[in-house]
Amino acid sequence: MFGRAKAGFPGGLALPGHKLYGEAGRTRAAPLPDELVFPLGQHVGQAATPVVQVGDRVRRGDLLAAAEGFVSAAIHASTSGEIRAIEERPIPHASGLSALCIVLAADGEDRGREAPLWTPQADWQDLPREELLACIRQAGIVGLGGAAFPAAVKLNPKDTAHVGTLILNGAECEPYISCDGAAMLEDAPAIVAGARLLAYLIRAREVQIAIEDHNPSALEAMRAAAKDSGDRAVKVVPVPSRYPQGGERQLIQTLTGREVPSEGLPIDIGIVVHNVATAAAIWRAVTAAEPLTERIVTVTGSGVRAPANLRVRIGTPIRTLIEACGGYSEAGVQRLLLGGPMMGVALADDALPIVKGSNCILVGGSEDLAPPVEPMPCIRCGDCVSVCPAGLLPQQLYWHARAKEFDKTQTLNLFDCIECGCCAQVCPSDIPLVQYYRYAKTEIRLAEQEKIKADQARARHEFRQQRLEREKREKEEARRRKREQLAAKQAAQKAKAEAEAAAASADNPAPAGAKEPAQAEQTPPAVAAAQARARRQQAAARDEDQS
Amino acid sequence: MAVQSSPWLRRPRGVPAVMGHVLLALLPGTAVAVWVWGPGLLLNLALVALGALATEALLLRWRGRPLQRHLFDGSALLTAILLGLSLPPWLPWWQPLLGGAFAIAIGKQLFGGLGYNPFNPAMLGYVMLLISVPVSMTQWPQAGMGWGALPLGYIAGDVPAGTLDGLTGATPLDAVRSGLTQQRTLGEMLPGTPLTPALWLAAAWALGGAWLLFQRVISWRIPVAMLAGMALPALIASAIDPDRFAGVGFHWLYGASIFGALFIATDPVSGSTTPRGRLIFGFGVGLLTWIIRSFGGYPDGVAFAVLLMNIAVPLIDAHTPTRVYGTGKAQTPRP
Repeated sequence: MFGRAKAGFPGGLALPGHKLYGEAGRTRAAPLPDELVFPLGQHVGQAATPVVQVGDRVRRGDLLAAAEGFVSAAIHASTSGEIRAIEERPIPHASGLSALCIVLAADGEDRGREAPLWTPQADWQDLPREELLACIRQAGIVGLGGAAFPAAVKLNPKDTAHVGTLILNGAECEPYISCDGAAMLEDAPAIVAGARLLAYLIRAREVQIAIEDHNPSALEAMRAAAKDSGDRAVKVVPVPSRYPQGGERQLIQTLTGREVPSEGLPIDIGIVVHNVATAAAIWRAVTAAEPLTERIVTVTGSGVRAPANLRVRIGTPIRTLIEACGGYSEAGVQRLLLGGPMMGVALADDALPIVKGSNCILVGGSEDLAPPVEPMPCIRCGDCVSVCPAGLLPQQLYWHARAKEFDKTQTLNLFDCIECGCCAQVCPSDIPLVQYYRYAKTEIRLAEQEKIKADQARARHEFRQQRLEREKREKEEARRRKREQLAAKQAAQKAKAEAEAAAASADNPAPAGAKEPAQAEQTPPAVAAAQARARRQQAAARDEDQS
Repeated sequence: MAVQSSPWLRRPRGVPAVMGHVLLALLPGTAVAVWVWGPGLLLNLALVALGALATEALLLRWRGRPLQRHLFDGSALLTAILLGLSLPPWLPWWQPLLGGAFAIAIGKQLFGGLGYNPFNPAMLGYVMLLISVPVSMTQWPQAGMGWGALPLGYIAGDVPAGTLDGLTGATPLDAVRSGLTQQRTLGEMLPGTPLTPALWLAAAWALGGAWLLFQRVISWRIPVAMLAGMALPALIASAIDPDRFAGVGFHWLYGASIFGALFIATDPVSGSTTPRGRLIFGFGVGLLTWIIRSFGGYPDGVAFAVLLMNIAVPLIDAHTPTRVYGTGKAQTPRP
């Protein structure tokens, strides 16, 4: 069973690490492939817009696609070569769908740009924030912890007045993943320098670099780098090794004892969290004008011969990495995962490219991963409740999600679920709980979109109704006026006729009883004409209305 | 629904393993119980298990459920063993058989099988027998005599009326109840109550329960709350009227208190699942047990108390939500 040590947040699991830490985790460069694929939407937000054309020759660092909109990220060539195609290709995503990608045929010479895309800024402390943010944005840097959220957006909050703490997340809590550990071991000075730059950007007063306590080599390297920087605001903090310690919300709770408000962001409580590798990438973007074209990827699992941390050019096919790690082992592959075993997504094949957010390729053999099992009914044991770091009631969420009672799942705070998978991991009935939560979340989001659409349609319809009614009112108003005018005219004519008649009868008086029918039968010609005209007009108005 | 999403790791413990752990934890208590009550208990266990498993197999087949998977998931066997341990030994053979069949058919499969039963099936079977055949269900052999005096006629089905009378005596709970109605005080009765077998039994159940707690098969909340639910009223009542109301030790030690707290009330399916709900559920079981024992017409109250609290579970669960991360407390920015 799992260990029970508490770790600053409730619940969670003590999982066997399977990490490449210390010397075993040192990186080496992955070989350059013949073809690299750059999905245009490999970050959170809007997909980038290609600025190259098929047949263009590019060098490493050249812009391939520009950021489009506020939340987006630019994409750069990670080696030199020729643009082979801009077309739909399968992308490494849970959906397994295809999306527009730029395909680069590498020429093997790996030439870089002669001049940088922007001016390197060694003295960043003298620069205004806007210029630094522009560098980060131009470099196409996204969160390297896996979320791939554009870094420049996260570093540009509406209000920096109350930002107190910058947290650098080096707590790689998920088993098998060790790319951040490798980055901290080899790149500690850049990470610390990046941390200071980030703190300057968001006006944070303190920097906490969190590292899990079972990674002593990274702790040591980072402590030394922090000390060398001479900045006392930068602290390296060991945190207990317990999954999901590296979850942003859990890490904040461990370090500060405070909680991010439900459905809120860390910035709401004056905290900004970035991944350690992101900090180093930002440092290079600003001081060396290096766009993001490379990252560290852990290639591990019993399905691969020689697990290793590799420095990989963005766009490299996964197959190249597996070959660089000795190829598939005899153990056989049960599943190819992008990410760790707790939150990773299963990939259809190894031709998919590494993108900016790819931290780990887990080639899972049968010793690592569970074979597909048929779930048993829930026995309400409550183990899921005790391990949930978000304090949810997973069993009840499951129950309502399964029954499609989505309103009840929302009452039970479904959207505070971080999908860490602890509940499903301890479930004795093997119920894929997280899958049910994702399903419920998707259904609710779809329903909300539908509702927005329906609301818009209804608003449009109501507006049209109002317009029609207004027009009708206006027409009636006009008609009424016309009738009134007509009536007045008729009255005048009648009065005139009566006056004439009165004048006539005064000469030749008729019996009182015979006068009325005579009048009714013999309407004066002028009045009859006016009445006929009025009827025609009314009929015409009706026709108009009906049309 | 095939697993298409994370987590992908091997799961540590399946349902059969959970049931197996509980069965294993019942071993020490069962051994002591057999030593105390004699081999009649083993016969009960075998008959209840036969009735339960045969019914489970039959109904799974009728309902078109995978027989292999569910018949051997351990849940029906566990229900049977829990029921069997609650029955007095040397019951007419058809009674334990019927009890096992009833517990599975009415208590479990009728509601949809494993995971769907609102009531504790073992206790449902027990109460059905207690109400239907009250005479045989309240005749317990005197502790320690079980092995010495085998009712040989039992096998043939004709137990002479005199034999059982000579063989059985009231359990302490029952003796105290009838004593109280005869205007005797607890002060007169308690010193004569045999303590040793009850102590051994309680210790053996507690040993199994401790292992379950250590293995995290059960949570401490229900057992602790149940014992507290018995202790609190017992403490107050015995302080006010010690001649009429037994103390905490008596309530904890005799009857099905420890066994019930660790093995019956902790049934996950029919109990509360929220942490606070489990405290309320356990406390309610304890309190109702004390009330039934002190004022009711049955010797023990654990079975009724559990079933009554089972009814309240949906209500308890609905009103004991956990505090979700980022909710409740005010989250103000640091100055």
